[in-house]
Amino acid sequence: MAKLMSFSELEALRKSIVDKRDPDKAVITVCNGTGCHAHGCKAVTEAFQDEIKKQNLSAKVDVRASGCHGFCERGPLVVIKPRDIFYQRVRVKDVPEILSETIGKGATINRLLYTDRKTSEKVTFEYDVPFYKHQKRLVFGNNGSIDPSSIEDYLAVGGYSALAKALRMTPEQIIAEVRKSGLRGRGGGGFPTANKWESTRNAEGDTRYIICNADEGDPGAYMDRSLVEGNPHSVIEGMIIGAFAIGGHDGYIYIRNEYPLAVRHVRTAIEQAGAYGLLGKNILGSGFDFNIRINRGGGAFVCGESTALMASLEGRVGEPRAKYVHTSEQGLWNKPTNLNNVETWANVPLIINNGADWFSKIGTAGSKGTKIFSLVGNISNTGLVEVPMGITLREIIFDIGGGIPKGRNFKAVQTGGPSGGVIPESLLDLPVDFDELSKVGSMMGSGGMIVMDDKSCMVDFAKFYITFLEGESCGKCLPCREGLQQMREILTAITEGRGKMSDLKLLEELSDTLRDAALCALGSSAPNPVMSSLKYFRDEYVAHIKDRKCPAGVCKLEAAKVK
Amino acid sequence: MAPEELKEKVNQALQKHQHDKSLLVDILQDIQAEIGYLPKEVLEETGKGLGVPLSRVYSVATFFKAFSLTPRGRHLINVCMGTACHVRGADKVLEQIEEELGIKRGETTADLKFTLETVNCVGACALGPIVVIGEDYNGEMTPEAVGSVLKNYN
Repeated sequence: MAKLMSFSELEALRKSIVDKRDPDKAVITVCNGTGCHAHGCKAVTEAFQDEIKKQNLSAKVDVRASGCHGFCERGPLVVIKPRDIFYQRVRVKDVPEILSETIGKGATINRLLYTDRKTSEKVTFEYDVPFYKHQKRLVFGNNGSIDPSSIEDYLAVGGYSALAKALRMTPEQIIAEVRKSGLRGRGGGGFPTANKWESTRNAEGDTRYIICNADEGDPGAYMDRSLVEGNPHSVIEGMIIGAFAIGGHDGYIYIRNEYPLAVRHVRTAIEQAGAYGLLGKNILGSGFDFNIRINRGGGAFVCGESTALMASLEGRVGEPRAKYVHTSEQGLWNKPTNLNNVETWANVPLIINNGADWFSKIGTAGSKGTKIFSLVGNISNTGLVEVPMGITLREIIFDIGGGIPKGRNFKAVQTGGPSGGVIPESLLDLPVDFDELSKVGSMMGSGGMIVMDDKSCMVDFAKFYITFLEGESCGKCLPCREGLQQMREILTAITEGRGKMSDLKLLEELSDTLRDAALCALGSSAPNPVMSSLKYFRDEYVAHIKDRKCPAGVCKLEAAKVK
Repeated sequence: MAPEELKEKVNQALQKHQHDKSLLVDILQDIQAEIGYLPKEVLEETGKGLGVPLSRVYSVATFFKAFSLTPRGRHLINVCMGTACHVRGADKVLEQIEEELGIKRGETTADLKFTLETVNCVGACALGPIVVIGEDYNGEMTPEAVGSVLKNYN
C-alpha cells in the first residue's frame, strides 16, 4: 500500500477500487454490530462464507460483515444487495436456503421477511420496513453497506473526498462553512461547533489538541459505539478536517474499554489511514500533518465531561475542574484543546461534501441536520434511529419504534440520560430540537431515548438515575458528593413506604443546590430526572407517600407496611 | 504469579506504551488483562517505571471501575445495569445470580470461578437484560435462565 501523495492519486485509487467492483453482483451484508453479535451473527457470517465455497458461488456473490444496521431488535440482520432484500432473525440453518433460493433463483424466503405490525403484511425490501422508512440516515447511512475494517469499502462510497476538498480550502473557509451549516455539538450540550473550533484556533499558543469523545457513558445509549464500530473512517475523516481548520497536529480518541469491537475497528482504521497517507506527515501532499492516538477509558461516567476526560488523558484521576478558563484556551496539558463527540465529527465530512446550504435545510430554525437516537426500553422496535431534527417524539416512538409492546400503554419517555428528564404523553407532539427539549425540563443529551410503559414507576426510575449518579460522582465537590446521597436516601425511603410529604420539598431544595453549586455538568444536571418526574408525575410520589402504594406495582411497599 | 513474572508483565506493558505517563489507564488495562487484577507489586512497579508516585497510580487504579486490586475469578460476569436493561428487569437477574453464586456484586466466589460485577451499559440495549460472561453476550436474560447459563462455565 503506497502513501497517496496528491488529491489525484486519491481519486485514481478510488476509481481503481470502484472499477474492480461489479455493481450488479449480489452482496450479502450481515450486520456485525455488537447487538447482532449477541444474536450470533458471527456464526451466520462464517456459514455464508463456508457455504459459498461449498456451492462454488464466489463468482456470483460476496459476503460482507457490515457495520450496525440499527434494527438490533430483529438481529441477526441480513441485507442482500443490490436489491436490498431484508432478512431478519437469520440463523445458521437458513444460510443454504438463502443461497439456493434468493441468490440462485432470485426468490424471497417468506419466513425471514419482516412483518409489518400494523398491516401484518410481509415487507421485502429494507427501505420499506417502517423502522427505516421514516428515518433519514445521513450519518448512519453507510454503516450497513461497508465493512468497517476495510478502508477500500469506505473509499468506494466516496470516503475521504471531503478531506481532499477541505485541504484545498482555507481553515477560515472551513470554519465559515461549518458555522453556516448550523452544526451543534451532538454530545449533549448543543454548543455551536464552529464557535468552539474558532476559539481553539484563535487561542494563544502553538500547540493545539483535537479530541474525539467516544466515552459514551450514558447508560442506555449506544449510537456513538455503533458509529465508531460501524464506520470509523467517517469519524477519523471529520477529525482530520477539524484539525486542519483548527491548526492541531495531535488527535486523541478517548474510547470506552467496554466497547472492545469499537476499539479494534478504530485501531485498524487509524493504521489503514496512516498506510495510505491520510494520517501522518504531509497528508495527501498538502503539507498538513496530523496523527491520532487511542486512549481507552477506565469506566467512569464523569469522564464524558471534557475537563475530566482531559485529566484522564494526562494519566490522572478523571476529576473535572471549574471552567473559568475554557478548554479551548487551556485544555489538555494546558494547551488549547478542541473536543467534539463522535457524532459531531461524523457530520463534518457530510457538510464539507454537500455544503452548508444542503445541511441547514434539514431540521428546525435552531437545530440543523439529523440526530441519532438510541431507542430502547419498553418499545417494540428497539434500535438506533437517525431522524431529522424537528420530528416529533410521537413519530419516533410510534411510527419508527412501533409503539409499546405487550398491549401496554405509553407512560413516559426519557431523553438525555441521567442528565435529562422524563417527558409525559401530553408532550409527545413536541418537536425534537435542542431548545424545545430543554424548555420542558429534559435535554437532547447524547441521544438516549428510553421509553417506559405503564408498568414503570417514575419514582423508582428517578431513584435509578440518582443511584447511578451517586456511584459515578467523582466526589470532588460537596453538592454532588453529599447532595446525591441525600437524594438517593430520600427516594429510597419513598419507594420503601417511609416517605413524608415534606420530603418532596427537600428534594426540590437539594435540586436547587446541585443546580447552582455543583462543579460540573454531572452534578448540575443530576436533579433533572427527579425534578421532571416531580413536575409531570407528582401524583405517583404522593401515592407512594400518602397511600403507601406504587401505582405501577414496581416498589415493594407492602412489606414495609407490615414492619 | 512469581514476583519476577509480575515484573515482566509490567515491563511488557510499559514498553508497549513507550513508558508514556499519559497512557497510565491503558497500561493498567493491559496489565490487568494479563494478570486478572492489579496486585500491590504491580502498582509499585508501574509507578517506578513511569516515574510517577505510587499515590497517583493507586488513585487512578481505584478511581476507575475497570480495575480490581483483588484477585478475580476465571470468569468475569458483568451484569448490565444500564437504563434499558433496568427497565426490563436487570435487577431481578442480578439478584438471582447473587443467590446462585452466594456472592454479592463486586465479589468473587471462594473457588475463584466467578467474579460478579455490574456495568453501566454495554450498548446492546435491544437485547436487555444483558449478562456478559467473559466475551459471551447473553441477551434477554431472565432470572429463570440464570442457572442454565452459569452451567456452561467451569
